[in-house]
Amino acid sequence: MSTGLSAPAPASALFHRLSRRDAPEIAFTINGEAVTAREGDLLVTAILTHRATLRKFEFGADMRAGYCLMGACQDCWVTLSDGSRVRACTTLVSPGMAVVIDEIKP
Amino acid sequence: MTIKDKSVVVIGAGPAGLRAVEALSKAGLRPILIDEAPLPGGQIYRQPPVGARRDPKSLYGFEATKASDLHGLIVRLGDQIDYRPETLVWGIEGHRLDILSNGQFSQISFDALILSTGAMDRVIPFPGWTLPGAFTLGAAQIALKSQGVAIGRRVALVGAGPLLPLVAYQYWKAGATLCAVLDVTPFSPKVYNLLRLMRKPGTFAKGLWYTLRLALAGHPIQSGVRAIRAEGADRVEALVWIDVSGKERRVEVDAIGASFGLKSEAQLADLAGCRFVFDAKSRQWQPERTPEGRSTVPGIYLAGDGSGIGGADVAELTGEMAALSLIEDLGQPVEKARIQDLAKQLDTYAPFRTALEAAYPFPHHLIDQIDDSVMICRCEGMTAGQLRQAVSQRGATEMNRLKALTRIGMGRCQGRVCGPAAAEVLAREAKSTIEAVGRLRCNPPVKPIPVREVF
Ligand code: FES
Repeated sequence: MSTGLSAPAPASALFHRLSRRDAPEIAFTINGEAVTAREGDLLVTAILTHRATLRKFEFGADMRAGYCLMGACQDCWVTLSDGSRVRACTTLVSPGMAVVIDEIKP
Repeated sequence: MTIKDKSVVVIGAGPAGLRAVEALSKAGLRPILIDEAPLPGGQIYRQPPVGARRDPKSLYGFEATKASDLHGLIVRLGDQIDYRPETLVWGIEGHRLDILSNGQFSQISFDALILSTGAMDRVIPFPGWTLPGAFTLGAAQIALKSQGVAIGRRVALVGAGPLLPLVAYQYWKAGATLCAVLDVTPFSPKVYNLLRLMRKPGTFAKGLWYTLRLALAGHPIQSGVRAIRAEGADRVEALVWIDVSGKERRVEVDAIGASFGLKSEAQLADLAGCRFVFDAKSRQWQPERTPEGRSTVPGIYLAGDGSGIGGADVAELTGEMAALSLIEDLGQPVEKARIQDLAKQLDTYAPFRTALEAAYPFPHHLIDQIDDSVMICRCEGMTAGQLRQAVSQRGATEMNRLKALTRIGMGRCQGRVCGPAAAEVLAREAKSTIEAVGRLRCNPPVKPIPVREVF
């Protein structure tokens, strides 16, 4: 149950919230797991406050997490469960969004 | 057909584009203002998304009044302009723009066009720069200003210009944990004093070093840094650097914001057929712009950082200047005194620019240290070694030849990130100059668009 202030971000998160911690919550999923974002979050913020990566790099064995945050480098394209792809640094998170992130298989 | 029936388009709603549409509408035109962002301001005065709004003072500091004034322009002008946010111009052919908006494909024909497309961070690759947690300095600032987040729990910032102390100061003010602030250019008190005497924006930023030294007591704040690398298995775990005395230092961080000055976003000017000139000081090719804002193509005008890095205040002036030239060329008289006044104001920035360039020389040493194994193209993974091989074994001496041989610049970013570094690597390997190796030619679409939109 949401009490307005959610549990602290996991240690694996990259981004660290400094303000707007009490903005209304938005529920979405990452690989099927229910998580919350804050109203006004870009998708990159919504994801990177829970984990450190956005996608698998298709030309090598590593993960990526965005780079320029201004829509220039194209490093932050994220796949949604319907197969569509969005640029996470220029797309707002919306309720029910279902993000799919391939993990590197060891 | 009167001037009012002319189709005039301005691309980019930063300080240059906003002042341009203001001047155009004053002259009785109804310009179309196209911008990729949902809200006006450009990157410098970028506004947080609705829902993430905060008061301008905390966002823009001492520039708050300027920012609010520019943001308010769109409201004040109302339907005197045709403002189209969240719209991408992905191609230009002749006097026609290819547009993508809301998933819809369309075209706009224009009689006159002002390109105020802004700038992005200049990137110099270093070991570990593609690890999750390594961002540009501009990205670090955007995360904070637009989203109220720090890029990590323990952050290091690295740069070569006035943006570095500014972002560091903003991070400190916001309560982030800064573990290192490193400038790769030497700190020269003489140049600093010169800048201070000129009393221009940016001078203040340099003065922030002193505040920072006090604020971050105990954490390294250094200039003259000789080399950097990010370490980590699958994300950034530490920043390692060689300090000015040659000693290796290391600090554990989970995020790094690093980039080294700015470069013009000039892809659309290229597609429009504008001639480019090489600017030796900033080591980049830029669309040729007369002091009055004309390009080499009739009907196409240039303003702001997209055609010469000058900063936000200069962008406002060049935006209005380009608009006045456009109006004049359409045959409507303009106030000569205003043009002279703008020219005079712009003149006062020239010595400041020179001093700034002296204060922040290009960090050649970072290029010299790029190892063969370092990835230059983060889109497709080409390394410095592969580029060098194309030079030594296949005789590449020019950027577009290098592109054909290695695919450098053909990834999704179209060379925005890798272009400047690739040119530096090529010039060194071919024992040529950065000017002689030329620049990557641009192809539409300038940014990725859904494939179905093209066919
Ligand atoms: S992070 Fe560069 S385009 Fe999104």
